[in-house]
Amino acid sequence: MSTALLASTSALTWLMEPLSHGFMVRALLVSALVGGVCGLLSCYMTLKGWALMGDAVSHAVLPGVVVAYALGLPFSLGAFVFGVGSVAAIGFIKQKSRVKEDTVIGLVFTGFFALGLVLVSRTRSNIDLTHILFGNVLGISIADIQQTLWISLIVVAVLLLLRRDLMLFCFDPTHARSIGINTGLLHYLLLSVLSLSAVAGLQTVGIILVVAMLVTPGATAYLLTDRFDRMTILAIASSVLSSVLGVYISYWTDSSTSGCIVLVQTGLFLLAFLFAPRYGLFKRRPLTSAASPD
Amino acid sequence: MARFESLRNVDQLRIEADGLCVDYNGTVALYDAGLRLKAGCICGLVGMNGAGKSTLFKALMGFVRPSRGSIRINGLSVAQAQRDQAVAYVPQSEGIDCSFPVSVWDVVMMGRYGSMNLLRIPRESDRAAVRHALERVDLLDLRERPIGSLSGGQRKRTFLARAIAQRASVLLLDEPFNGVDVRTEKLMADLFLQFRDDGRTILISTHDLSHVRDFCDLVVLINKTVLAYGETSEVFTPENLAMTFGGMPPNLLTGPTSSEELSG
Repeated sequence: MSTALLASTSALTWLMEPLSHGFMVRALLVSALVGGVCGLLSCYMTLKGWALMGDAVSHAVLPGVVVAYALGLPFSLGAFVFGVGSVAAIGFIKQKSRVKEDTVIGLVFTGFFALGLVLVSRTRSNIDLTHILFGNVLGISIADIQQTLWISLIVVAVLLLLRRDLMLFCFDPTHARSIGINTGLLHYLLLSVLSLSAVAGLQTVGIILVVAMLVTPGATAYLLTDRFDRMTILAIASSVLSSVLGVYISYWTDSSTSGCIVLVQTGLFLLAFLFAPRYGLFKRRPLTSAASPD
Repeated sequence: MARFESLRNVDQLRIEADGLCVDYNGTVALYDAGLRLKAGCICGLVGMNGAGKSTLFKALMGFVRPSRGSIRINGLSVAQAQRDQAVAYVPQSEGIDCSFPVSVWDVVMMGRYGSMNLLRIPRESDRAAVRHALERVDLLDLRERPIGSLSGGQRKRTFLARAIAQRASVLLLDEPFNGVDVRTEKLMADLFLQFRDDGRTILISTHDLSHVRDFCDLVVLINKTVLAYGETSEVFTPENLAMTFGGMPPNLLTGPTSSEELSG
């Protein structure tokens, strides 16, 4: 009985002690918020097949962040401009050349990223490249938190207001267009929201790992359900859980926060991959697919 | 069964296209194409790949703007017809992501989006329309099923139900018989006949000639332009078909079709 008591007190310490530090409370709140926002968006990314696009946009925002810093602007603005700019460049080059799309994506985002690296090294400022690349949620400033809040608000508002249209856009864009929905607008809205989320994610896990935030929760949820609404809820839940757990683990093991967050996400995905009731490797019941009479 | 929906203007022309020209960056996809379809008919649209079948569909849906000529749907412009939800596109099976996490009910409800408010919150009338459409295609019992667990024929019927829920008066079907077994084919043919009796006009894009002969009232043969168009029995001549398929012998008419081979 005493061991049980001991275990529960140590679990309580494990949970409570980090909360005595202000930076830990901020880190937990911000990463949970960013996790939720990116988790919601990740459903659209995985269903639309935009994982590579997410990777591209998140890398391409680097020069925007540097330029914004140098000019004293909110860096979400610079990131947004370059994020959307990279997508426009990808679309333009694909249309006007014979090069295949995945090649164009790889080519454009590395080009933008390289520009960012050069700009960082040439700009006399207090930008810490490692913070941008790998995130710095433990040292996040109040101004950055405010920016993250605004971004989250905009992203969530767009995704919630247009969630049916965006789902239809991912599922059957031809039908969407034929009933008068402006699919071109939805396309660019989704890309804009992606750029904004990449900036938010950059705060928490950094440019390199943002794509995990934008893909993994959606993929995990996709293995667990056949309903879109449930998928969004599961993606948000798994993403928030990963963020919180990741920050705790990082505190107690004194290891990279972004690494821990993404590792927990990957762990949850692997659990779903192995044990999802219907689509897991060790599924409990066979698929009903095609077994039913017409 | 009482007709749930009444389609407007049953006695008028559903599709009027005159002198239609469409080009993509200077490449002519369709020139001087004309077509008139009245309410309540099943029309086959036959041509080779690249003959302009999908371009004609795109023009009817308002996706491409003709460089010359005019289209009226139910006497309205394409944009007005779109606002009226008049035209429904029924996709090819290959064009659909079957593992998308949506149920049969969700898909059919998508037919109602154009009539809903911006948030797409279904009203009672929307739910009634979906229910009715599912009854029409006999899928009401499977409404909670994810589309991934349906058979090919059930999936086809789901998308037909979506067109019904949309209350479309013009249905554009893209290769509806690809990979469909004989039983499903019969079910679909029965539905098409019912839709025709509703006053809907069905345009079926296909290169499968046997189906056209079996139940299309009219047929349009196209190769960049409308080569021939009229009653199936009159238009379906070996000469016309040879012209449509660039001089290929028209024994396709009697030979085994690809879809029958597929269904085994």
